[in-house]
Amino acid sequence: MTTHTAPVPVGGPLLNKTTFIAGALIALMAAILLYRFIFGLGAVTDLSDGYPWGIWIVVDVMIGSAFACGGFSVAMLVYIFNKGEYHPLVRPALLASLLGYTLAGAGVIFDLGRWWNVWNMYWPWSANPNSVMFEVAVCITAYIVVMWIEFAPVFLEKLGLKDLKKKLNRFLFVIVALGTLLPMMHQSSLGTLWVVLGPQVHPLWQTPFVPALFLLTAIIMGYAVVLFESCIASSAYRRSIEVSLLNPMAKIMLGVVAAYLAVRLGDVIFRGVIGRSFHLSLEGLMFWLEMACFVAPFLIIGTEAQRRNPARLFVAGILLMLGGSLLRMNGFLIAYDTGPGFRYFPALPEILVTMGMFATEVLIYVVVTRRFPVLPREA
Amino acid sequence: MSSRRDFLKGALAATGAMVGAGATPVQARDTYTRPPEAMGLLYDATLCVGCKACMAACKEANNNPPEFNTVDKLWDTPLDTSGHTFNIIKMYRNGTMLEKDAEINGYAFMKTSCMHCADPSCVSACPVSAMTKDPVTGIVGYNPDKCIGCRYCVVACPFGIPKYQFDDPLGRIGKCELCRHRHKDGHYSACAEVCPTGATLFGRTEDLLAEAKRRLALKPGTVAKFPRGRLRPATEKMLQGQADGKGEKRRHGWRDEPDQIYEGTVGKYVQHVYGEKEYGGTQVLKLSAVPFEKVGMPDLPPYSSAATSETIQHTLYGGLLMPIAVLGALSWVAKRNVKPDDGEEG
Repeated sequence: MTTHTAPVPVGGPLLNKTTFIAGALIALMAAILLYRFIFGLGAVTDLSDGYPWGIWIVVDVMIGSAFACGGFSVAMLVYIFNKGEYHPLVRPALLASLLGYTLAGAGVIFDLGRWWNVWNMYWPWSANPNSVMFEVAVCITAYIVVMWIEFAPVFLEKLGLKDLKKKLNRFLFVIVALGTLLPMMHQSSLGTLWVVLGPQVHPLWQTPFVPALFLLTAIIMGYAVVLFESCIASSAYRRSIEVSLLNPMAKIMLGVVAAYLAVRLGDVIFRGVIGRSFHLSLEGLMFWLEMACFVAPFLIIGTEAQRRNPARLFVAGILLMLGGSLLRMNGFLIAYDTGPGFRYFPALPEILVTMGMFATEVLIYVVVTRRFPVLPREA
Repeated sequence: MSSRRDFLKGALAATGAMVGAGATPVQARDTYTRPPEAMGLLYDATLCVGCKACMAACKEANNNPPEFNTVDKLWDTPLDTSGHTFNIIKMYRNGTMLEKDAEINGYAFMKTSCMHCADPSCVSACPVSAMTKDPVTGIVGYNPDKCIGCRYCVVACPFGIPKYQFDDPLGRIGKCELCRHRHKDGHYSACAEVCPTGATLFGRTEDLLAEAKRRLALKPGTVAKFPRGRLRPATEKMLQGQADGKGEKRRHGWRDEPDQIYEGTVGKYVQHVYGEKEYGGTQVLKLSAVPFEKVGMPDLPPYSSAATSETIQHTLYGGLLMPIAVLGALSWVAKRNVKPDDGEEG
């Protein structure tokens, strides 16, 4: 299994059109956040007591962290299911995950109304183990630390700290195991968050199976993001696409999608609420739109030949990222009804901050892949 | 309800098996019931005259600023509860609005404030124990010194009660705490203290529930007696002032007031005490002549969502048994598959 080539820095200039645009978006975000911390959440968001959570939570944290499951999904494949051939995909995926999660963690702080009290989350006398949010917060914090350790060899290689890297390697298996367990825990719990909302969430989404739905879609979105990123990175850096790896990985991904569809449909049928999806309502429409995103990839990359086409892999990846995003958006925003009189549509500053978060991710990804050994050496 | 629980167990067993260990016994947590000495309010919409004295008293007792919704900005005119308004009387209107407490061509009032659930979603949701339920009084209280402002309580409450002060960079959560800060001085909830008709009545929830059922059994249109202020239990310990004349006379810890019972006409009640069973029961109870869903009270199941949520959490993470077992299994597998020179070869 040691036939693949070691990762190397891509090299090249750090200042280009992409990094410049990303930098501008980040500066804009910083200005808005400064304003938010001085004048409060109401000054820059469309949040209300009917929609106390907006896109900073649902997109930046819930969807952002699911997009960041590439590292988890690929590492699980390589180290738990012993598919060593996927090893070249681990580092780029792990980097994206590291960035996604670290930023999701930062995003939470931007959204916290009383952020200076956040230490209570880690203070045993304040802890509430009954709270799903408590479990999610502690687990995500631990995972961010674990991922930095998992990724540390990249920096240690660059800095030439061979001894330290050897020492770390001895314990790496525990870190890898933790790096698989922790996302399983909090990605499922992110879904459990809406169980306590009870009848405020439409029955097509309110189910005790929601932890399973979130876990499966997080794994799916992890693979989908790897497809997406591999295609983007290849075209941006003018590298060949690792189709020989992406093709079989996409097949595994479809297997997980099939399992997800079985659980999702089985749940709504068994609970007797499938009929609600045929009502002429926004919820009914969104349910089927969400389902379509998970079904369509079977038509697009269902066959071996189709999966050899990078464009098809790319589209299927985007659809599955969208499907998982819709599941989260539907349950927390669109199919969440707190009573009459409330509306929510993200305000421009909210959208700009979310864009700034993704821009930060892109900027750091470009800098790190150009200067540190992350992407596999070109053959 | 048992089928709901069975389904929950099935769902959990399946999720558990998926996470890697299906052997953990699944025990559903039941919905909590009210503590025996739970305190609360009884709001009787048929007695409410819509004077909104309770709203003014609530603002004063909780040191809340007025909220303006008219051009002249002369009066406190909140349209709903908010981070600065913990209690509001809303009006139901239909057609010609000629008859009070009639569903058709009538009008009616309804109080909106914290219901003080027996098994509150906000308390279960709060990650930092800033929202807590007093084990004796059952009052759901808020501690801003712990609160991180995540607003999960705002999202979770089926009554839409905890509200966040979005207009303030140091914003807090605002909600009714039954004036617990005034109890040590012998004062009870300000809204009940000032209510001229006893439409809002303070007391032990058990006594209030009995009073509500007494009213439902009365014949509509007849004359009956109604208490005002605080509902006194049958027997109450009197505490005299101290020997030197200092200190006040107290009744069971409350300031001594003269009996305030008056005669009034019995309303055409809907035969339902709202809050007796909803979401496992609440400590604030309501009576109305107009169906409850028409006056903004949600139709809720007799069990709490907190019970469902905590059952899932503790099944998966109780004692960290399952996570540790899975970690052990994953470590064992990973040890075989992670090569020591990983990343250096090539």
